[in-house]
Amino acid sequence: MELLKVDQIEKYYGNKSSLTKAIDRLSFSVKEGEFVAIMGASGSGKTTLLNCISTIDSVTAGHIYLENEDITKLKGKGLNRFRREKLGFIFQDFNLLDTLTAYENIALALSIQKVPAAKIDAEIKTVAAQLGIEDVLSKYPYQMSGGQKQRVASARAIITKPKLILADEPTGALDSKSSKMLLERLGYLNRECKATIMMVTHDSFSASYAGRIIFIKDGQLFHEINRGTDSRKEFFDKIIDVVTLLGGDANDAL
Amino acid sequence: MLFKISCKNIRKSMRDYAIYFFTLVIGVSIFYVFNAIGTQMGFMKLADDTRQISELLVTLISMLSIFVAIVLGLLIVYASRFLMKRRNHEFAIYMTLGMSKGRISMILVLETMLIGIGSLVCGLLLGIGLSQLMSALVANLFEADMTDYAFTVSCDAIVKTLLCFVIIYLVAMIFNSLIITRMRLIQLIQSGQKSERVHLHNPVLCVLIFVIASAVLGRCYYQVGWDYANLTTRKLLICIICGAICTFLVFWSISGLLLRLVMMRKKTYYRGLNAFTFRQISSKVNTMVLSMSVICLMLFITICTLAAGFSVRNSLNHDLKTQCPVDMEVAAVNGSKPVDLTKDWVMRGHECGFPIDDYMSDYVQYCLYYFKDYKASDFLGPEAGDRWDTMIETFIGVSDYNRLAQLYGKDSIELSADEFVLLCDFKNMTDMRNDRLANNREITVGGTTLKSKYDHCVDGFVQISAQHINMGVFVVPDETLQNATVNLMVLSGNYRANTDAQKKSVDKKALKAFEHDYLINTKIDIANASIGLGAIITFIGLYIGIVFLIASGAILALKELSESVDSIHRYEMLRKIGVDERDLTRSLFRQTGIFFLLPFAVAAIHSVFGMKFAVNTLEIFGTGGLPESIAASAMILALIYGGYFVVTYLCAKAIVRDNSRL
Ligand SMILES: Nc1ncnc2c1ncn2[C@@H]1O[C@H](COP(=O)(O)OP(=O)(O)O)[C@@H](O)[C@H]1O
Ligand SMILES: [Mg+2]
Repeated sequence: MELLKVDQIEKYYGNKSSLTKAIDRLSFSVKEGEFVAIMGASGSGKTTLLNCISTIDSVTAGHIYLENEDITKLKGKGLNRFRREKLGFIFQDFNLLDTLTAYENIALALSIQKVPAAKIDAEIKTVAAQLGIEDVLSKYPYQMSGGQKQRVASARAIITKPKLILADEPTGALDSKSSKMLLERLGYLNRECKATIMMVTHDSFSASYAGRIIFIKDGQLFHEINRGTDSRKEFFDKIIDVVTLLGGDANDAL
Repeated sequence: MLFKISCKNIRKSMRDYAIYFFTLVIGVSIFYVFNAIGTQMGFMKLADDTRQISELLVTLISMLSIFVAIVLGLLIVYASRFLMKRRNHEFAIYMTLGMSKGRISMILVLETMLIGIGSLVCGLLLGIGLSQLMSALVANLFEADMTDYAFTVSCDAIVKTLLCFVIIYLVAMIFNSLIITRMRLIQLIQSGQKSERVHLHNPVLCVLIFVIASAVLGRCYYQVGWDYANLTTRKLLICIICGAICTFLVFWSISGLLLRLVMMRKKTYYRGLNAFTFRQISSKVNTMVLSMSVICLMLFITICTLAAGFSVRNSLNHDLKTQCPVDMEVAAVNGSKPVDLTKDWVMRGHECGFPIDDYMSDYVQYCLYYFKDYKASDFLGPEAGDRWDTMIETFIGVSDYNRLAQLYGKDSIELSADEFVLLCDFKNMTDMRNDRLANNREITVGGTTLKSKYDHCVDGFVQISAQHINMGVFVVPDETLQNATVNLMVLSGNYRANTDAQKKSVDKKALKAFEHDYLINTKIDIANASIGLGAIITFIGLYIGIVFLIASGAILALKELSESVDSIHRYEMLRKIGVDERDLTRSLFRQTGIFFLLPFAVAAIHSVFGMKFAVNTLEIFGTGGLPESIAASAMILALIYGGYFVVTYLCAKAIVRDNSRL
């Protein structure tokens, strides 16, 4: 079933004299339970795209539908409810509150939804197990490694069972071991918990964990590849090919 | 949960912004202490006249409190906005998790409430403690009897403080909520990514503006400091406005030039951590031009009010001893009826029920004269301006004066038949009269021409007063006054009394007897008025000064500390490349020091000229002991402003050293 439909969206920055078309008539859709990666060189509009989908930013033109609801039209209460109930965010820079412990950071997402405290504990135990962060739950962000922080942020993103998890370069600030661990966990959530994940990355290795990859260039759709039945290694090689084809900033994309 | 988040946020913020909380506490306590003065004085035994002045003081402080509340309110709104800006990251998380703006506002309201209640409780407790010390100062200034004094708590002041600060906090809450409503998520998220851009202004423009601003400032300085005689209120106002604008421009251009100047001296710039240090300072100054200017002006006002206030008080107390050598002086005045010379003061005393010889141990009677056709303008000449046309010149016969001088314990004056001596102790007037005497020593009055014995005035007075306000009295040979009119017929002397209590009772009788028909001045009266005036001036100077100082200190401290938090990674990095811990702390010390010193230095320069103006303006009060007053003000300044500097430096050091926080 089609979960997300991006329909001819455009996003312009700046004024008449210096206009940047960050996104230029981009369309695609994402099915429920998919793990999609968005790839592209730096400045190709990936973050902008994600910001539009996540309602952090507004589009200049076009529509975005989630479960057939036009989210570009959302305002006020509806917007808050949408973010609260339908979306989960994972940012490059973790975005944890450093005044709260890992446990409290994760709990925050639920308590904002007014989930009763009794239920919160059980749910946190479950996601903590799924993400392998049971032993850091009582720690503060500054006492954790980058990988742990990012997994806590992921736990916070999925604990509300959102329709769509959005991740902007989640491995961008992690070393390769932590990256691998996080990506495996995201893959696990996708397979076992049927989470729909959309991840922005410019790193081919990270992208190889996804089931489908959408390449964008200068704000436009450039190419799309499906993993199908390929092993991760084969898929990785395919990605490298497209990235080379993308040219220009091949280094940047690697 | 919201409450828990608020509490946690505050606990976290307390570490970085403890200084803000302490500022609030001090603000509350100062507010309480000054407003409690009224109640405290209610418990003291004050002389009746002192009580009147103390009521005036209480009224003045109430009025001033409105102004103080506005200053503190602005400080709190500024600080909470400043602290909020630093929390964009946090608000972004709340919003991405789907928290409504209403609930985010709620968090802030809760926080403000907690901080507000905390600061009010701590501040009031501290204030009640401090106000006991204050009452000692009050008693000292008003020379009140403290024997019955007990620990006091002023409910009035508490209610007033609560009311004021609750309003201030409510306003801060409204401002915060307004900011929240206008927040856009995308901006919050991107604000963290923006690397701070230090806009270096065009150097040529900077130099140009610096030169122009300095020149305009110089002109203003000249006008208020030296061209005092031509200063009108309008001109003064223009000077103040120009001064404020130029202060801003000076800081604006310094912010652009500071770094460039140091960079030009390559040897200095590249020595040790200097490059880092000056970059840090420059970025701070750059983003704070307006705040720095405001701080500088506040410091300027503080220095001037404190120093001028103290100096006026000092000289009031000092002058009292020299200017008031006798207990009482009463004068019959030439008004609608000429003075009846057939009645002397012994007769007048009997008439009024104050037998002079019973009540006074020693006294002198004398007359002060004037010539209808000799005005101040006749002495000073037409070039002095026409405002002197209406001022009569006063004359006293030399024998009268010498009897009085003997009573006052001063030297007598010897005159030959064609000589006079001009007594004058009001500074501005003395200068004008000296100019005249230097050019022309002669006067012609009542048909005789007299020559001044000296080419200058003699410092002295005839009638008692609280300050040096004798505008001029001519001591002339007795014969000269045959054609003159009696202006005042004066009795001057001491009471027949051994103790203070007796003196007071005689004083009361004298006042009662003469108040109605004559002009009476008594030492006790003058002393009370001048003590009260001195106390009022001291209190007002202290009140404004302390509030301005904590406001300035707090703004600088907040900026410095938040910058330190932002710079943690830079220090980490420097540590990693092997910079000595000692060099790092030294760099931090310099940064904090220069940051605090810059507005102070400009304020100090302003103050030199501001004080010159103040000395001119407050001339009638006397401005003796200026160096001591400046020293006293410097001590208060060092204590509060310097205190803020030290605490800020120590906190910043702790923040930067705390590397586990990364
Ligand atoms: N706030 C903004 N104002 C102006 N231009 C922007 C802004 N944000 C992004 N851009 C521009 O839009 C384009 C796409 O940016 P972005 O989506 O951040 O790229 P990516 O995340 O793929 O590196 C870039 O050219 C960038 O310069
Ligand atoms: Mg990006």
